[in-house]
Amino acid sequence: MSVLVFLEISEGSIKKSSIEALVYGHSLQLGDVHAMVAGNPSNLDEAAKFGAVKIHSISDSRFQNMDSVAYSEALSGLATQIGASVIVLAKSAFTDSLTARTSFIWDAAAATNVVSLPDSEFNIKRSIFTGKAFETVALSSERKIISVRKNAVAVTESPASGEVVSFQPSVSSKAFAIKTISTEKTSGEVLLSDAEIVVSGGRGLKGPENWGLISDMAKVLGAATGCSKPVSDLHWRPHHEHVGQTGIKVSPNLYFAIGISGAIQHVAGISSSKVIVAINKDADAPIFKVANYGIVGDAFEIVPKLTQALREAL
Amino acid sequence: MYSKAEKACFFINNWLGVRSKFRILHHYYQRLMKILVCISSVPDTTSKISFSDNGTKLDNNGITWIIGPYDDYALARAVELKEASGNGSITVIHVGGAESEPVIRKALAIGADEAVRVDAHASDGFFVAAQIAAYAKDKNFDLVLMGRESIDYNSGIVHGLVAEHLGMTAISPVMKLEVNGSEAIMDREIEGGMETLSASFPLVLGCQEPIAEWKIPSMRGIMGARTKPLNVIPAVAASSGLSFKNYELPPPRTTCKMVADSQVAELVSLLKTEAKVI
Repeated sequence: MSVLVFLEISEGSIKKSSIEALVYGHSLQLGDVHAMVAGNPSNLDEAAKFGAVKIHSISDSRFQNMDSVAYSEALSGLATQIGASVIVLAKSAFTDSLTARTSFIWDAAAATNVVSLPDSEFNIKRSIFTGKAFETVALSSERKIISVRKNAVAVTESPASGEVVSFQPSVSSKAFAIKTISTEKTSGEVLLSDAEIVVSGGRGLKGPENWGLISDMAKVLGAATGCSKPVSDLHWRPHHEHVGQTGIKVSPNLYFAIGISGAIQHVAGISSSKVIVAINKDADAPIFKVANYGIVGDAFEIVPKLTQALREAL
Repeated sequence: MYSKAEKACFFINNWLGVRSKFRILHHYYQRLMKILVCISSVPDTTSKISFSDNGTKLDNNGITWIIGPYDDYALARAVELKEASGNGSITVIHVGGAESEPVIRKALAIGADEAVRVDAHASDGFFVAAQIAAYAKDKNFDLVLMGRESIDYNSGIVHGLVAEHLGMTAISPVMKLEVNGSEAIMDREIEGGMETLSASFPLVLGCQEPIAEWKIPSMRGIMGARTKPLNVIPAVAASSGLSFKNYELPPPRTTCKMVADSQVAELVSLLKTEAKVI
């Protein structure tokens, strides 16, 4: 018996959420933990540090194209080859498709958005209603796929041999049917959905020219920057920074909502945050109902002072 | 020289010729634009979620049911594509009981031509995908559109599963969709950015904003929706290997600790020593 963990790469390194998936896979205690990775991530040694006994590395350059058909064929093929009973992935925009396809090909039950380890009967808790509730489901099939919600796993080291072996998956003619025309990516910034700290700004910041306040504070904290829906609708910030019900759902340890009133659609995207800090000039803003800490006042005065205080304290 | 009457005849002939060419083009578009939109019926974001019967049932009290917000974007784009081509058809499909019919009628009012309701409880994504695929398999849809995920169970797996069932290509989350002959040109959101892709029809797409603006049904649309066909069909058997146990609510958030605007240093120390998050 073994467990296979899919490691997703972003900007040349294994994503933090994939490391969480690896820790989860190790905690299952269902045999050796294997990992599948495509490309040559700079932090491949992390996989061994967090419990991978064997790392199956795909060097086929076609896999730079994030094609869920090719990846699902590779992943299910490898799982069968090593006799895995469980595949673990970190939930992301890409792995949603991968989970679906792999569960179909590999004939496995799949649970997504998982926040707990299974009990002895493989009852597992997952987040539903966009963080407003949980449900427990039992996975009864022989083969199982678990897609773990970000920041749901505490990362602890458990060194393993981490032997890197080359893996050449065979893919069908259906793979790589999608052509990539161009890619736009912000580089060198902390990935919003993976971030431990997020600093978000709303309409209270009055215009895109004032976003330096947000990015300066984020830089001091090593945080990702986010925004509310009106801000991305007004094109002050790109859509991929929109946090909320129909944008990115975040689950950081610390979330700053600056000049964000706290419309329910925004709160839906942040309700899984451990600690929420709100800064707003309106003392009656609904954001204070979900925040753990709050300051009522002018963001243009408070944020620079807070950034300075953080710089001194860290 | 030709008489005026003869010139008029040439003109009309010519015009008819152009028109028939348009018809062929239209016919092509019609084939291209046969769209299936899959909609979920979900509690409105402002609805308070609570459970009854020892956490085994969702409490319907005070819940307003809406078309899944992401599905609503998919439907809006389908209507735009149909309007732009001047032809084609939009079918909406929903898996659920008779209580979802107001939500289905709303989709018809927004611009779908006909609706199908698979009469069964939507127990999970595997079940729903199997129903959609069973309906769509011999209907030659060019596009199967739906939201990137439903906002109740947040699985995000239905598009991928439908594509596997039908042997089609699936792409998600799609933020922009243009039709270029037999190909779709799309922007897909990736973490920290986006990529522009092209793929040939037929396609299954998981949609999200800003693919289109939500459409509010017009009075004419609402009136028309009453007489549009809504067919109820039985479910096919499908097993997911998942069985539901119970629901629970997260622990309530503690009350907000207020810090004076002159005391930012105090906030920093609270985050450091009390909350231990920095």
